[in-house]
Amino acid sequence: MKKLISAPYLLWMAVFIIIPLIMVAYFAFTTTDGAFTLDNLAAVSQYSNIFIRSIWLAAIATVICLIISYPLALILARIDKSYQSTVLMIVMLPMWMNFLLRTYAWMTLLGNNGLINAFFGLFGLGPFKMLNTQGAVVLGMVYNYLPFMILPLYNVLAKLDKSVIEAAQDLGCNNTKTLIKVIVPLSMPGIMSGITMVFVPAISTFIISRMLGGGSNLLIGDLIEMQFLGNSYNPNLGAAISLVLMVIILLIMTILNQFDEDDDRVLM
Amino acid sequence: MKKLSKIYLALVMLFLYMPIFVLIVFSFNVTKSRSVFSGFTFDWYIKLFHNELIMTSLLNTIIVAVIASVLATVLGTAAAIGINSMKKLPKTLVMQGTNIPIINPEIVTGVSLMLLFVFFAARMNFEFGFVTLIIAHITFNVPYVILNIMPKFRQMNPNIYEAAQDLGCSPVSAFFKVVLPEIMPGVISGFLMSFTFSLDDFVVSYFTSGATSQTLPITIYSMTRRKVSPEINALSTIIFLVVLIVLVAKNIIERRSVLKKGVK
Repeated sequence: MKKLISAPYLLWMAVFIIIPLIMVAYFAFTTTDGAFTLDNLAAVSQYSNIFIRSIWLAAIATVICLIISYPLALILARIDKSYQSTVLMIVMLPMWMNFLLRTYAWMTLLGNNGLINAFFGLFGLGPFKMLNTQGAVVLGMVYNYLPFMILPLYNVLAKLDKSVIEAAQDLGCNNTKTLIKVIVPLSMPGIMSGITMVFVPAISTFIISRMLGGGSNLLIGDLIEMQFLGNSYNPNLGAAISLVLMVIILLIMTILNQFDEDDDRVLM
Repeated sequence: MKKLSKIYLALVMLFLYMPIFVLIVFSFNVTKSRSVFSGFTFDWYIKLFHNELIMTSLLNTIIVAVIASVLATVLGTAAAIGINSMKKLPKTLVMQGTNIPIINPEIVTGVSLMLLFVFFAARMNFEFGFVTLIIAHITFNVPYVILNIMPKFRQMNPNIYEAAQDLGCSPVSAFFKVVLPEIMPGVISGFLMSFTFSLDDFVVSYFTSGATSQTLPITIYSMTRRKVSPEINALSTIIFLVVLIVLVAKNIIERRSVLKKGVK
């Protein structure tokens, strides 16, 4: 009886989650007439430079997020409990703005007539070309996905057993050694879920690259979007690219999982 | 050390807030310049409220978010109850399926649903619009509802449901009187999460909405593609204020309830 109650959802999942994914695979392996082909997947290889660029930029953005977030999460976790939630709220507040608006904000800041170049202009410098560069794309990724790294790190570090740290210090570890030998290994699940939560949206974004990268820094997401809604309508190729993207993400996640012994992912 | 961490915190805050702060300041600028502030005006706000496209898409966004999050909450709550009573293997399988939209890149979710809708649109003669958009939103919302409710079952004492029945409740009334109140916090947080995700979603909506069902994020996107328009700045300022008020209110309510518990 109780099992029946989940039947509508199971049906929903089959129709709107499983079947669409099967359709992606089907389109990837067929021509427009529905005949089996490997051409779509073969055609993906001509975009290998875009794939490499996406992986590279997403990886840089993920590393920068980790470097910025780890000290921040440590600080947040040690803040006095009575206003910890307030500080956390202030850190998270920008995330609640739509990401298009946040990215648009950087567009206006980085432009040749933007505020940053106006600032440099005061000293007779510039204008520097900052918009429409790879650096701008990475900056956009870091800015948009930073909270996804902060949150899981904070969750792990806030729950860390203080007596373990004290024990390490009692046994002769200095601060640096405690950090490397005790705190970082114990926060590994948070690091891993932070990496996942930043890397996956970063590698598949298509708006950040278009708004901040101009036309010359296309990413995988732009490539997919162009096949479905852009000028070069080709859902078969688009499906093939999506499939390759999913495989790449799956591979990278599997590799990352090797570093993470516990399966206790700390999701939001 | 204390001082250093304060400086670090301040620097990160500066990074997070500077772009938004600049948007807000320039929403009051007389000219369209993004770097020179030449005078104070409310014109962009007035223009914003007279912009029919923005107002319609705001309404669309709210309609879609309300319908999708309510339906997702009902569907997800029912699903969680069923999944909870499943045996281990089917449970794991269903949970893995549930995780797919969370793990998959949004663009793949959007594209895969678009393929499905295109397939049916050609055969059943319907167009992309509210229906496809709401279906898509429910699809990416339900997993979050389920994931919010499942832990509540784990924390619940399984005997109380049977105890209620022993004391004369029918299975249905035992559910509503005993189980539902226990999982209610999960249901509510699942609903709120769905609602905010729906309000904020761009990528999936971009692939599944039609010309008549543009949501606010889609309108914002097309505005950023065209020339500079300080109306966006005005819009950002309003959204920022709304978010700020909601979060501060939430924080105060939570703090009060913590204090109350402390008194008890």
